[in-house]
Amino acid sequence: MLAMLIRRLLQSFVVMLVVAFIAFSLFQFVGDPINNMVGQEASAQDRAELRERLGLNDPIPIQFTRFVGNAIQGNFGMSYRMARPVSDVIAERLPATLELAMISAFFALSIGIGLGVYTALKRSGVLSNFIMTVSLIGVSLPTFLIGILLIYLFAVELRWLPSFGRGQVVRVNDWWTTGLLTPSGRASLILPAITLGLFQLTLIMRLVRAEMLEVLRTDYIKFARARGLAQRSIHFRHALKNTLLPVITITGLQLGTIIAFAIITETVFQWPGVGLLFINAIRFVDIPMMSAYLVLIALVFVVINLIVDVLYFVVDPRLRATKH
Amino acid sequence: MTITPRALTTGLATAVFALSAAASAETLRWANVGDSLTLDPHAQNHGQTHTIAHQIYNTLIYSNAAGAQTAGLATDWYILDDEPDVWEFTLREGVTFHEGQAFTADDVVFSFERALHANSDMRPLINTITEIWAEDDYTVRMRTDGPNPLLANNLTNLFIMSREWAEANDATVVQDFSAGEENYAVRNANGTGPFRLVSREADVRTEMERFDGFWGMDQYPMEVSRIVFTPIQSGSTRAAALLSGEIDFLQDPPVQDVNRLENSGDIVVRNAPQNRSIFFGMDQGRDELRTSDVEGENPFADRRVREAMNLAVDRNAIQRIVMRGQSAPAGMIAPSFVNGYEEELDRVTGTNTARARELMAEAGYADGFSVTMTCTNDRYIEDEGICQAVTGMLGQIGVNVRLNARPNSIHFAELQNGELDFYLLGWGVPTLDSHYVFDFLLETKTDDSGAWNFTGWSNEEFDALSRQLPTETDLERRNALIAEAWRIVQDEIVYLPIHHQVLNWAMRSNIEMDVHPEDQPMIKYLSFN
Repeated sequence: MLAMLIRRLLQSFVVMLVVAFIAFSLFQFVGDPINNMVGQEASAQDRAELRERLGLNDPIPIQFTRFVGNAIQGNFGMSYRMARPVSDVIAERLPATLELAMISAFFALSIGIGLGVYTALKRSGVLSNFIMTVSLIGVSLPTFLIGILLIYLFAVELRWLPSFGRGQVVRVNDWWTTGLLTPSGRASLILPAITLGLFQLTLIMRLVRAEMLEVLRTDYIKFARARGLAQRSIHFRHALKNTLLPVITITGLQLGTIIAFAIITETVFQWPGVGLLFINAIRFVDIPMMSAYLVLIALVFVVINLIVDVLYFVVDPRLRATKH
Repeated sequence: MTITPRALTTGLATAVFALSAAASAETLRWANVGDSLTLDPHAQNHGQTHTIAHQIYNTLIYSNAAGAQTAGLATDWYILDDEPDVWEFTLREGVTFHEGQAFTADDVVFSFERALHANSDMRPLINTITEIWAEDDYTVRMRTDGPNPLLANNLTNLFIMSREWAEANDATVVQDFSAGEENYAVRNANGTGPFRLVSREADVRTEMERFDGFWGMDQYPMEVSRIVFTPIQSGSTRAAALLSGEIDFLQDPPVQDVNRLENSGDIVVRNAPQNRSIFFGMDQGRDELRTSDVEGENPFADRRVREAMNLAVDRNAIQRIVMRGQSAPAGMIAPSFVNGYEEELDRVTGTNTARARELMAEAGYADGFSVTMTCTNDRYIEDEGICQAVTGMLGQIGVNVRLNARPNSIHFAELQNGELDFYLLGWGVPTLDSHYVFDFLLETKTDDSGAWNFTGWSNEEFDALSRQLPTETDLERRNALIAEAWRIVQDEIVYLPIHHQVLNWAMRSNIEMDVHPEDQPMIKYLSFN
């Protein structure tokens, strides 16, 4: 177990180095930050001096080594766009993204599993068919369109919910702010959470339904029925429990996706999270910010994968057995 | 009693609406696509950064919505009679900073020195100043490296900070990007302006409140007591936020939503010509174009080809269709309020494809030629659409254009490297004088002139005229030089001007505020009717 953990950690470190290096080699195709950093009056000499000061004239491997060297010491540099330390800015923005991701994951999981079970049990019901048809929309509509439609309906026409921003937030401690404690903060969460979670919701729902149908056909369910167990007990204690294993795996990975790719939702709703920060960084060619963000996202995926692996090890006795 | 959903909706909407109407009597909720980059007023020469700074800080002189130089912290400014290279500024008395420091000439000297530091992006605007000193507490003099009659035009975004405050907070120098520490002035501010900073979260929200000790309390309406500024990136979200009553003033409504906003009843869209002209540049200096099928010669170097292209571009169609009426077709690269503007030069003559084809044939390109056009797709209003339209128009005279549209950070990098044959560019004239256009876009490219002239065009006669302008103090003679220089440029068809952009500001219909041509709303002027 310990050996596996150490091996995994070393692999993770290599993965992150590779991600950072690929990111670095791509930055030269994103453009040149200098033009965004100076006014149009700046002379060619001013530009050249700034480029030299920022070390942009150095070859990519040298820039990369410098970045890694500083990053290991926890220094991700100054944002070109905001003139502030990158790590401070990301730390400020992370709570907004994590909060949104958690809420939408919760929304997707609870409703997704509920609807999945329902449509599996009432396979040919009118409502089930209706839900299955509607869920196709969730799978096929692009996120930004869903967001804009929701804004149009609930913010512009009905005026029930805000169209942008995070509302009033409360500072919990030095590094965490939350919108969950104020009415406007909670209202602001609803539309972005639905937009971000809709795809995962339909995915989970369809997954649960398919797994459930599979399980319901197995022998032990038949035997359970033969034993005269209550329908409820069969469905929820025996069937559902066994369908949840793949759901947990998928959800874990999807959580990473939600955090990493909240970019579009954050842009549509002006949600002040790291996704929006990243989009702005790309537009500005804010190299320190982009590097730090990509390393952070790599870290998120690496950690989630590590946790999933460990959970497998713990949960599935067969894995442990083969090790001996 | 039963409440129908519909009644509930209307009731809620009315409640929200009433709330927003009552609140907006005092608070102004204001949105724009981008945020100020930093509160440090000397760090970035950048439009939106100046916009926020104008609410908090003051300049000696600013340009008002009519484009006129107006007294800020200076009440009078002139060149000394006996010393043509020295400007004197008489300062306003009895002004205090938000944190209580008294404003004196020493703060002006400090601020200019700070802006002249190598880390400051404002330096290029004032680097002609060689010396600056206080004559007394309310008089400042500046010496320039030769007579500089237009120095005042360059000071409209040069903000004055308190020396005492900057020294106390270790912010006497503009942020250095290679330093690991954050400068105090990036997120804190202490100006003499109409509003004081309450809180700021970059990219999220900036709040300011009326500064009751503001020197201009009686001179300006000052009806807004609190400003909440929110950047909103997505165009449709911005429009939605205005429609839903969550914001009161939208600085940049998307072109396609202007009609919708105007028809909503509660919103008025005011517009004015913007200080930005859009045009195409052609590399005419090289022996051979990089992206053309013509070898051994450069078609753009032939004036007849440039004239043919000029005749082929239908600017009115671009205005009507691409811009939905929101632009002013242009014949010269300077909007109407710039000194040296001539209506006759700016007039759009209309297209003549037949004549254009003749010219192409005369130049030896009867069968046309190919070239790559490079455009931004995120910098100017409808930039990519303009390029698509022009591509089609040039196709009619045999100029076979391959369009390459991409983000501005890539476009400008290649442009700066002089790698583009045929490119889109937009230009504003902050000094409101033609020399700015000549200096950057038209003079022969050297280390200290023609910084944005990527056309390779070089004309000795023009250079000679243009280089007399900075030191010519006789205004009449100076204007004659400007007119002569423009004739050469227009005759040579150095660029293909397309249009001047039009600025739209959308606001609640109870708000009165004139659109500022530099896109610099000054909330002190805002009043409610």
